[in-house]
Amino acid sequence: MDILLQEDSIISPLGFSTSENIKAIKAGVSGLHFHENSRFLNGGFYAGIVDKSLLAEHFSKIGDSSKFTKLEQMMLLSIQSVLNNNQLDLSETGLVISSTKGNVDLLGDSRNFSKDRASLISLAKIIQDFFGFKLQPIIVSNACVSGGLAVAIAKRFIQVGKFTDAIVVAGDLVTDFVTSGFQSFQALSATPCKPFSKNRDGISLGEAAAAILVSRRERKANNISLVGDATVNDANHISGPSRTGEGLYKSIQLALKEAKLAALEIDYLSAHGTATLFNDEMEAIAFNRAGLEHVPVNSFKGFYGHTLGASALIETILTKHSLLNNELYPSLNFEELGVSKPINIIDKLEKRELKIALKTASGFGGCNLAMILKKAF
Amino acid sequence: MDRSKTYFITNSIRIKNEKFLQKKETILSFDPEISFPQFLKDSYKKLELNYPKYHKMDSLCKLGILGASLLLKNQNFTEDTALVFSNRSSSHDIDLKHQRSMENIVSPAVFVYTLPNIVLGEISIKYKLQSENVFFIEDKFNPDLLVDYSEGLLNSGKATSVVCGWLELKNDEYDVLLCLVSNNGKIPFTKVNLEELYRFENE
Repeated sequence: MDILLQEDSIISPLGFSTSENIKAIKAGVSGLHFHENSRFLNGGFYAGIVDKSLLAEHFSKIGDSSKFTKLEQMMLLSIQSVLNNNQLDLSETGLVISSTKGNVDLLGDSRNFSKDRASLISLAKIIQDFFGFKLQPIIVSNACVSGGLAVAIAKRFIQVGKFTDAIVVAGDLVTDFVTSGFQSFQALSATPCKPFSKNRDGISLGEAAAAILVSRRERKANNISLVGDATVNDANHISGPSRTGEGLYKSIQLALKEAKLAALEIDYLSAHGTATLFNDEMEAIAFNRAGLEHVPVNSFKGFYGHTLGASALIETILTKHSLLNNELYPSLNFEELGVSKPINIIDKLEKRELKIALKTASGFGGCNLAMILKKAF
Repeated sequence: MDRSKTYFITNSIRIKNEKFLQKKETILSFDPEISFPQFLKDSYKKLELNYPKYHKMDSLCKLGILGASLLLKNQNFTEDTALVFSNRSSSHDIDLKHQRSMENIVSPAVFVYTLPNIVLGEISIKYKLQSENVFFIEDKFNPDLLVDYSEGLLNSGKATSVVCGWLELKNDEYDVLLCLVSNNGKIPFTKVNLEELYRFENE
């Protein structure tokens, strides 16, 4: 049974549709800008933040922006865009929601919303009711692999016959909650983040939402299938990646095994690439162990920052379009290679025939994810 | 894919109302008046965990470690034992703690626990499980989701056994059911049986 990745949408500082996002990426535009914040000695930090009034303007076409939080508006808009182009029977369509912190900015002060609006349960209910999904939403909150894991979960439930079509939606915000936490870890970069570079000094945070239709029903000719997926925990440390890349290496092996493919058949690798010293080093080690050191690889974090529970879905969507467009997108802000093992960073936009891609992600709690996307034509 | 296979609830642990139940038998209980932090401390001592890392963890992880320790004691399981957990309130209690600290000094040792799946990492470390992990958020205990997803992992060969269940904590109120699911046992791994184990202490 082929599990197909179909219509998709990305709402981010780079635009309000996937095509706007890809246009910005091809033009080398970054969503990361300096934002004032009194927590920082230098008066602020670099982050990818969606313009509130622009968002409200877009949202006004489908609802009253005063009744929905920023995150809800972003996630609802992304789903609406997928539904616009596809006739789906929402009485039998699955809804898989990914977020690490949801509306956590309401936890201290719920503003004009009800007190429980900060919870992930409420977020799911809002999304379900807005469109009238009949099936109980499935919410995944598994740190920074969540967005990709949600796609794998949709596939697994389709395979066991729970539903035929699923909308997978992911979203997270740049909140003071998360910013203060990463700052306490000294994990935030003083400049826009520089994945895999020698002078990288941490992550940039970003916010975004994305949605995709995952289905076993063929709709259009240009389909991409999800042919293998695996998560493996490092069983090593809850906040630091394994020095040997154990979990990531194993998840790549298991995903390849399910896909019945070998590492040398991978044409493109979309890495997690957060730009912390340890993460990028761990990935380079895992990719080398897996025999992927020559495969063109990028991180999209230089464009978006780390969008947490949304990142792995956004990057899966971009990987899908890389395959469809036969284009390799550059790893923005890359300077000189700064990991101990060789990897083949994409430094300029390149047209190339692509058939099979690997998407990986890793996160707090020691989780790792690998997914293999393949042209189904 | 072999869909005809039956799996069993090899062991189960329920933690609720100051009590630990193994399957349906109470194996440890405390005075109902005991405070939650004291309950976590005394349980650790009674169960002789001898795992100093426990004291650094947030309450959700402590509950998970207590449950997993009893669940996996004297059991056979391999490193590809998947963890399929769920709850309603995500990491609510530690989220509030971090939120309150934001006015003053934020601690990375608190912030790191503000994700529900950290407990999966803690259990993986303690039992050296390099396996499939997922944390679902559900309105209420949902045996359908747990059985469908766990069976999918077992049938597709992504795991040879699964620890699945419900690990809820909100404002120091806890409600836990963890099950070890494998080829061994007498209780078939069904939605009805899972529901019954959950309801037993709720009656």
